[in-house]
Amino acid sequence: MGLLNILKNDRGGQIMLGVLLVITILVPLLNLLVPESNPLHVPTYTVTLMGKYLTLALLAVAVDLVWGYLGILTLGHGAFFALGGYAMGMYLMRQIGDRGVYGNPELPDFMVFLNWQELPWFWQGFDQFWFAAIMIMLVPGVLAFVFGWLAFRSRVSGVYLSIITQAMTYALMLAFYRNEMGFGGNNGLTDFKDLLGFSLQEDSTRITLFVLSAVALAAGYLLCRHIMNSRLGRVCIAVRDSESRARFMGYRVENVKLWIFVISAMLAGIAGALYVPQVGIINPNEFSPINSIEIVVWVAVGGRATLYGAVIGALLINYAKTYFTAELPEIWLFALGGIFVLVTLLLPKGVTGFIDKLQQRKEAQA
Amino acid sequence: MSIITALEHVVDREHVYPFLVPKQAPTLDVSHKVLLYLEGISVSFDGFKAINDLNLYINDGELRCIIGPNGAGKTTMMDIITGKTRPDCGSAWFGQTIDLLAMDEPAIAQAGIGRKFQKPTVFEELSVWENLELAMADDRDVWSIFNARLNSEQSSMLLETIELIGLQENAKMPAGRLSHGQKQWLEIGMLLMQKPRLLLVDEPVAGMTHQEMDRTAELLISLAGRHSVVVVEHDMDFVRNLAGDDRTVTVLHQGSVLSEGRMSKVQQDPKVVEVYLGE
Repeated sequence: MGLLNILKNDRGGQIMLGVLLVITILVPLLNLLVPESNPLHVPTYTVTLMGKYLTLALLAVAVDLVWGYLGILTLGHGAFFALGGYAMGMYLMRQIGDRGVYGNPELPDFMVFLNWQELPWFWQGFDQFWFAAIMIMLVPGVLAFVFGWLAFRSRVSGVYLSIITQAMTYALMLAFYRNEMGFGGNNGLTDFKDLLGFSLQEDSTRITLFVLSAVALAAGYLLCRHIMNSRLGRVCIAVRDSESRARFMGYRVENVKLWIFVISAMLAGIAGALYVPQVGIINPNEFSPINSIEIVVWVAVGGRATLYGAVIGALLINYAKTYFTAELPEIWLFALGGIFVLVTLLLPKGVTGFIDKLQQRKEAQA
Repeated sequence: MSIITALEHVVDREHVYPFLVPKQAPTLDVSHKVLLYLEGISVSFDGFKAINDLNLYINDGELRCIIGPNGAGKTTMMDIITGKTRPDCGSAWFGQTIDLLAMDEPAIAQAGIGRKFQKPTVFEELSVWENLELAMADDRDVWSIFNARLNSEQSSMLLETIELIGLQENAKMPAGRLSHGQKQWLEIGMLLMQKPRLLLVDEPVAGMTHQEMDRTAELLISLAGRHSVVVVEHDMDFVRNLAGDDRTVTVLHQGSVLSEGRMSKVQQDPKVVEVYLGE
């Protein structure tokens, strides 16, 4: 009942979550029950790919929350995503135990290779799933809190804020490239074996991860929609459209920005944590500035400040990316740039804005 | 020896360090009938003195008109009162207990000073109703905003205000689609929802028709008493209409008070005549 209330005036969200529900039920059935010879069979590879897209869609929703509704053009959300991913990766590394190449029950392979004698303090506790699960949200959340506290309090905004978010993710990338950091250097963390005792190579685990990604996306979407339905959501729009007016009305703009930013970073962390076991690797490339810019492009293509637009944008662009990088790898970046330019010029409100416009025109004619 | 006394100081359980005393917002105290004190305020931008030793007192419940030529420092004065600009020297007190210079914009707004800007600034994407709802005096911390629900008292207050400003037909319309005059009214309505003790109104009738101007003057006069109202305006007819013959008018010139008193007296002040007619 409460859930339905959240979606009351959100037709786009109803449709999006409805389609998501159908896919979440249908895809595992088509994978498990339909024989491989049948053209309707969905191979496990595709299921995992779709699961990956869904985590990226959740990341896009997180970005839309701060960019679409608060006007904070964050170009560093890839960092929160990657930190969530690293937290999950550390748990998965500890799960390998003595099945690594060097067979050390305590130390991951890369530490043995670097001649480290004992586990660094920040790797402690990651053998426990509950601890890793907390860190997946806590680490991005704390970083976002510290960053936001400093930036929003000193009223850094607009393009300056975008630049320092880029600097943040770039600095983290450089730091994670270093072997001394203790996160596997430029190889990152990989060679995962199992998650909570379930082998990551099993079809059933992969399907479960796909379903979990869908559930996380739906839950993240509902949370964001719930926030935006509340008065806090309207304050966000007020801050986006006229920050100083909101201040003169007595709203502590910096606190509003800070908490929404933290929630968004935590959602990005969860998305990263679900992404890593499905792609099987996390390395410092995930921090690269271009990744964070790409997320913003997804949201712009889908349509800002709609939340479901972010989902559509992320799925569209990532599908296109998979297609182009397989068929015409050399033109992918040009295609991405072209899409962004075209969308900005022709569809300033993204795909969803275009659909809305078509519908309004139809209604006007009727 | 001094170390020992310092130690005694630390061990002394009776001693309360100033940073340990919880900060309490002092309540507004207007027992001396004055609501706003501006004393010896100066501020300069790049050597230009926008405000020069300004002294101004606004009584509780008063309606005060402030006139002055362009560049007289009217808007800068409002910026100082609302915390947007910090003066170089001087003091600004709200009642006897609230030091405005130690507070930022949200704190000052919450203490009870509302401001209407020259250009109407409403939240264009939000509906008229939502604009008023956001302006409504209520808890302003993030968690309370998130959980806020309108209670019946608040909704009836919203309904009253929306009728007062004549926008009940447009309640669900995005504020961006209102006409200029309607936006001005919406902004006045938003100020009222804030329930401020002091209303700062910057050029309220800019771009209004004569009819709308009369209605605005009526509304501002009706507000005085419950709120103190400071109106900054260019339009002399409007000020004459508003001040009548029993309210004080202040003339600002080059960042300080040139003349103050009844409208009839101010108009005959040779200094004012000189500034306005440029002899």
